[in-house]
Amino acid sequence: MNVELINIHKWFGPVHANDGITLHIPSGVIQGLLGENGAGKSTLMKILSGFYQADEGEIRLDGKPVKIESPADAIRHGVGMLHQDPLDFPPMRVVDNLLIGHRGGLFPNRAEAIRAMQDLQARFGFNIDPYAYVDTLTVGERQQLEIMRLLWLGARVLILDEPTTGISANQKEKLFATLRALAEQGMTVIFVSHKLEEVEELCHRVAVLRQGRLVGEVEPPYRTEDLVKLMFGKVVVPEDKTHFDSKEPLFRLENLSIEDYRLQIRDVTLTVHRGEVIGLAGMEGSGQRQFLQACAGIIRPVAGDIYLDGKRLTGRPYRDFLEAGITYVPAARLEEGLIPGLTLTEHFVLAEPQEGFVVNRQKAAALTTQRIADFSIKGMPTSTVESLSGGNQQRALLAMLRQPLNLLLLEHPTRGLDIESTIWIWGKLKERCRQGTAIIFTSADLEEILHYSDRILVFFGGKVSQPIEATKTSVEELGQLIGGKGF
Amino acid sequence: MVKASSRWTNLAFQLLAIVLALAFTSLVMILAKADPLEAYRNIVVGSVGSVNKFSDVLVAWVPLLLATSGLLVTYTAGLWNIGVEGQITLGAIFTTWALRVLQDSTLSPGLIIVIGFLSGALGGMLWASVVAFLKIYGGVNEIFGGLGMNFVATALTIWLIFGPWKRPGIGSMSGTEPFKEALWLPTFTGLRISPWSLVVGIVGIAVIYLLLQGTYFGLKLKAVGRNRRAAFLLGIPTTQYMWAAFLLCGLFAGLAGAVQVLGVYHRLIPSISSGYGFLGMLVAMLINYQPTWAAPVALFFAALNIGSIQLPIVMKLDSTLSGVLQGALVLAVLLMDGVRQRILRRR
Repeated sequence: MNVELINIHKWFGPVHANDGITLHIPSGVIQGLLGENGAGKSTLMKILSGFYQADEGEIRLDGKPVKIESPADAIRHGVGMLHQDPLDFPPMRVVDNLLIGHRGGLFPNRAEAIRAMQDLQARFGFNIDPYAYVDTLTVGERQQLEIMRLLWLGARVLILDEPTTGISANQKEKLFATLRALAEQGMTVIFVSHKLEEVEELCHRVAVLRQGRLVGEVEPPYRTEDLVKLMFGKVVVPEDKTHFDSKEPLFRLENLSIEDYRLQIRDVTLTVHRGEVIGLAGMEGSGQRQFLQACAGIIRPVAGDIYLDGKRLTGRPYRDFLEAGITYVPAARLEEGLIPGLTLTEHFVLAEPQEGFVVNRQKAAALTTQRIADFSIKGMPTSTVESLSGGNQQRALLAMLRQPLNLLLLEHPTRGLDIESTIWIWGKLKERCRQGTAIIFTSADLEEILHYSDRILVFFGGKVSQPIEATKTSVEELGQLIGGKGF
Repeated sequence: MVKASSRWTNLAFQLLAIVLALAFTSLVMILAKADPLEAYRNIVVGSVGSVNKFSDVLVAWVPLLLATSGLLVTYTAGLWNIGVEGQITLGAIFTTWALRVLQDSTLSPGLIIVIGFLSGALGGMLWASVVAFLKIYGGVNEIFGGLGMNFVATALTIWLIFGPWKRPGIGSMSGTEPFKEALWLPTFTGLRISPWSLVVGIVGIAVIYLLLQGTYFGLKLKAVGRNRRAAFLLGIPTTQYMWAAFLLCGLFAGLAGAVQVLGVYHRLIPSISSGYGFLGMLVAMLINYQPTWAAPVALFFAALNIGSIQLPIVMKLDSTLSGVLQGALVLAVLLMDGVRQRILRRR
């Protein structure tokens, strides 16, 4: 289906999220949509898929002007969107997820749904049990399910918003193959991402957005520097690989074992030095989160010991870990890290040690202004955290960390952030390392792990590898380990 | 970005809500074949028509304000303490108990009254702690725990009035034997309101205002209420803060019960809480759970309650009409707030 977006405008209060965007996407094409966080990619796609209405402008499908007022409306017109986080119903069965949103009849026709699903599975080489519960599927399989659901509902335009976040390399290959097959069959695929390599690998053409405007349309062969320049308006260079590993032991795990209802981690022994960065690689859900939380004192190990500076912390309450200078920064920013409804000022006051009984407003205001400037947060002291963009929420979380810290445990510190923000955040983190803080972090991005870590632990189904020197390994080797080879 | 005009839009929507509530109440009265203007005039005259009437409004204002103050604490902590009615009742029972034990002792009446207040506070906290225990350690939602404890409190009152504490001879719905006048809170001459009740109410809301607006305690409580997980990760002892919220609310509810016994009824009666707990929840919703407007809005609600007392006599209308207006007002304000947000989001 031919998609034409003509002079689309969208305001959110004073923010001009889409500023006169005109884009024509012919059928059978994989169109990349590239831009840093907050460039307006998601807004534009949400307008096309009926989540938002444009304030000005026109949408034409196959040359016919249409008015799309809701996501249901969009799918009736043949436009389906795959959201960044799967919008499905985890406690329900696959087949029932497929039937939701399907029109017709009072009684759902399961047999027909399963037949259709099996056709689609055969077409793309998927292998999902129609009677499985969705919460037993991996994120990649849930994406496959969502793609099948949209196709079954008659989608001829498929929008994917950052679909590679949180899926493995294998699943990514499969997803790309599926998208290529769909395009060959005449579907229009719109691939939204801020990851250059993926866009370069997959897309037939790329449109770049910056600050709400369409700043360029590029066709292969792509030159990475050109794309970066379009995205940021300037050339961005990653900073040097500086390392601050002091070889001075700080944090020690002895035969640590962790258990929860899904997996068991056995006998991890590790010594972390001051200033060292340890990267945890592995598929989502292989035990990295449990490992970080055990190091933070949030979950109790079933065996083994935890020492900081020679002091035994095993079994002590979480507050003792905090007071020892160990801090955990969760990946789910608004669910676990920040408090929606509270302002930036209130967050900084809460994060600092309590002084007296009454909050000193002047001091709090001064502190907040300082932190906002230091961490380049785009927001006011009175802004509530949920009104900030994802990148600024991450900056706020880092700005809340106390000074000094011994051990910083970070879960996906740069997930969903663009290159510029990622580099900036690592600059701040390395500054901590220079002051003697050790960092343990998880990431789905192997390049990031290789680039910033001194040593790497690979997780596979609760098994933990021996520490690997970052200089003595490669993305390929890590990829093999993550897939379970060599354990 | 707050635009200068948004304050005026807010105000316009709130005025619209009041008009809507009045229109709805008027409609109810027209259906009941009564003249709305006549009824509103009677309510105004009945509440502020004389010094006596206004002092009666203040009598209702103090316990309502205390209940609201307590509820602001639990709302801030993200808890729906619907058990506040039972906590008021238990406050009244404990105050009555203390007075019954001490009334024939040699202690000075002033001291007995102070002990009465403290016992009331204790009773409210005790009842709240049951709900807190069920919520924190048993995972029982505080709405169900509170609802259950409200029934138990009512049953306990009836049992006491007709059982152990019944009047000499035979127990009756009019309550227990009144205390001697020395144990009544002293009032302004010729009026029913006591300066001491006013002091308790005003100091109460002032304490809550300062606590919630300016202190670490208030800020941390708010954090616990908005996101318990993140608050825990930040190092706030969430369980302790939830306990503190329940106990503080129980304390204020208990004081409301003590005022009802010491300053108003001078005995235990079956419906000693007078519905001030539930009414307090309405006040708290109307002021969007912020303490700033608690005192004036509670005063307005108390005036509606007192003003409608004479409706049955003058107009043969039921006095629950004030409840219709209060309920309609809260719902209209919440509705208009939703409408305002929808419109602003569209723009």
